[in-house]
Amino acid sequence: MCLSVPGKILKIEKSRAHADVGGFLREISLDLCPNVSIGEYVLIHAGFAIQKVDEKEAEESLALLLRMAET
Amino acid sequence: MKFIDEFRDKGIAEGLIRKIRQTSTRPIQLMEVCGTHTVSIFGYGIRGILPEQIRLISGPGCPVCVAPNEDIDLAIALSRQKDVIITTFGDMMRVPGSTSSLQKEKAEGRDIRVIYSSLEALKIAKEHPEKSVVFLAIGFETTSPTIAVAILQTKDEKLQNLFFLNSQKRVPPALLVLLQSNQVRIDGFILPGHVSTIIGRKPYQFIAEEFGRPAVITGFEPLDNLQGIWMLIKQIEENLADVEIQYRRSVHEEGNPVALKKIDEVFEKDESRWRGLGLIPDTGYRFKDPYEEMDACNFNVEIEPTKEHPECLCGAVLQGIKSPLECHLFKKICHPENPMGPCMVSIEGTCHTYFKFA
Amino acid sequence: MSEEKILLAHGSGGKLSHDLIKQIILPQFLNPSLEPLDDSAKINNQEGSIALTTDSYVVNPLFFPGGDIGKLAVCGTVNDLSMIGATPSYLSLSLIVEEGFSIDLLKRIISSIHEVAEEAGVNIATGDTKVVEHGAADQLFINTAGIGWIRPGINLSGKNAKPGDSILLSGHLGDHEMAVLSQREGFKFQGDLISDCAPLNNLVEKMLDACSSVRCMRDPTRGGLATTLNEIALMSNVGMVIEEEKLPVRESVKGICELLGLDPLYLANEGKLIAIVPSDEADRLLKVMKNHPWGRDAQMIGKVTEENRKKVVLHTLIGGHRILDMLTGGQYPRIC
Repeated sequence: MCLSVPGKILKIEKSRAHADVGGFLREISLDLCPNVSIGEYVLIHAGFAIQKVDEKEAEESLALLLRMAET
Repeated sequence: MKFIDEFRDKGIAEGLIRKIRQTSTRPIQLMEVCGTHTVSIFGYGIRGILPEQIRLISGPGCPVCVAPNEDIDLAIALSRQKDVIITTFGDMMRVPGSTSSLQKEKAEGRDIRVIYSSLEALKIAKEHPEKSVVFLAIGFETTSPTIAVAILQTKDEKLQNLFFLNSQKRVPPALLVLLQSNQVRIDGFILPGHVSTIIGRKPYQFIAEEFGRPAVITGFEPLDNLQGIWMLIKQIEENLADVEIQYRRSVHEEGNPVALKKIDEVFEKDESRWRGLGLIPDTGYRFKDPYEEMDACNFNVEIEPTKEHPECLCGAVLQGIKSPLECHLFKKICHPENPMGPCMVSIEGTCHTYFKFA
Repeated sequence: MSEEKILLAHGSGGKLSHDLIKQIILPQFLNPSLEPLDDSAKINNQEGSIALTTDSYVVNPLFFPGGDIGKLAVCGTVNDLSMIGATPSYLSLSLIVEEGFSIDLLKRIISSIHEVAEEAGVNIATGDTKVVEHGAADQLFINTAGIGWIRPGINLSGKNAKPGDSILLSGHLGDHEMAVLSQREGFKFQGDLISDCAPLNNLVEKMLDACSSVRCMRDPTRGGLATTLNEIALMSNVGMVIEEEKLPVRESVKGICELLGLDPLYLANEGKLIAIVPSDEADRLLKVMKNHPWGRDAQMIGKVTEENRKKVVLHTLIGGHRILDMLTGGQYPRIC
């Protein structure tokens, strides 16, 4: 029901940011996700960052999946 | 792309499918609540690679599909007013109302603009102070906070010419109705990942506690889907019922408190009409007092009498009671070029997905 | 029932476009040159066969990264001629200009036409200019028609695909439509996205020099790869299997597609071709393509099959499969 893709924060100006999604830049609003830093990834939905993407969790998930797939 | 490509790995997918086959011992029905899951499941051909005894049914998780005709007819009536600009997400363009659609109205010369973010409606309103701009505020909890931000900014900037046609829906109370109606056996729920980034895990707790069904908040990449399905099967096989989070990289226990606060500032819970499900308590929002003046319902327009195709099964399809294949209209007179009901229009609609991929 | 109106989706290149042509236009004009509905018509005379084609060009905005409406108008027609194995020779150029249009911009577009016509080796042999009242056209529309001589011994048609044949694609999908979309109000994004708009006649010539038994060529413009493959599957009464992992899509195109809910397989290209070739020629042809600047990223993307006649099946990244249909309606950017 809701498309959302991860983008990397490159630049922050007040409540707006530039996010890199696969090499193109999109201006997004940080109104819903104010505590992000440059270099972090956020989920983008309808022009807004709606949540940070947790890199550590992602790595752990993948490691778990890999172990599962191998057994 | 980071966080996408890794979760499309063929080798791991094969391993997960093997795991699913090893774990699954009995026929079960899982509901993928969310249309984005339906698209992903069909898009990657996941149904075909699961064991036959695992049946996936598509739920009511497409905000376009569950918008009742009245909302679309109101949008159409507004577009016919002089000096009105309609702004909408592209999703709504082809949805048929009782006798027309926004796409058809655009062909008649109405000023209807597809935008990608609620804030663009604000921009258009500022650029056209002489016109009334209406934004079709459609969506689930993922989108609602973005609409709330636009409303708060409209107030802040004292814009007088921007209005919101409110067709937002809340997911958990609709699942409650599905479970209460008991018309279709659902052994477990694949819960929407992006709605949950906003609302967190707690609002779904009743699924496990009151109805004893397992549920897993799941991401949208193929590996997410497969892992979510595997987690559900595991719970079912072990006779457990819990609400788990598979999509940990984006969903936290408490959701996104900042976004929830924005929703709370602008809206309060209200009953809402769902296509096929009728009026359901607590599944919608109404404007809180200070923002009521922005409600597009304040326009005094005449709306045509609501008309739906009598044989359209979208209502039952949305609840997982019927499959599109059971509908007499499916593929015969109802197809993506000539949709009779919204499930054929929306890219995420069950009928559209069946038409395209099945 | 209200009067039926033309919708934008009638011009999307998908099913509605097909219905419009099949139901309203074709029945009045059917003749042997028109009937195959290839990218160009084949007209036989004593000295051989002539290819004839025409196309109108409308694009918003008129200038986009990697091209403009003028370049598009030459490449599109050159490519349509090339797709049936003709060497493009002469083009006509008709301009419909809106009153008030900037002469400077017109000059820029004309010189762009000149430049790409030189590159493609075609002459603008005739032309016409009309100016219409403000509001009667959107800035500038261009129509070009083209003729070329079909190389002897070459027979390319959408009807020729045979089970067992290989399907080659000359490069990345969706660059053109995304480059144009990236410039539109409301969707602006910055990036290095460039339209693939290019004249393919030289690439085609190299391919046909290397292999005269190519069965069919098509440029997947409106409606994208999926629609074009469906057209060929229908015309040849064959099935097709496409491997998703072989489909070249740039990261940036993929990113925007993920964000806006678009499918790269349905995006328009203006400098790509699909070639259906006997499988024993495929590797050799692929090498020829990769040696050409417009085919550097070419891939063998699938096979023509006996099974699933008139259908295109996609083998997905994770080993599943699904049917690839024609484009239905237009693709609207969406949020859900």
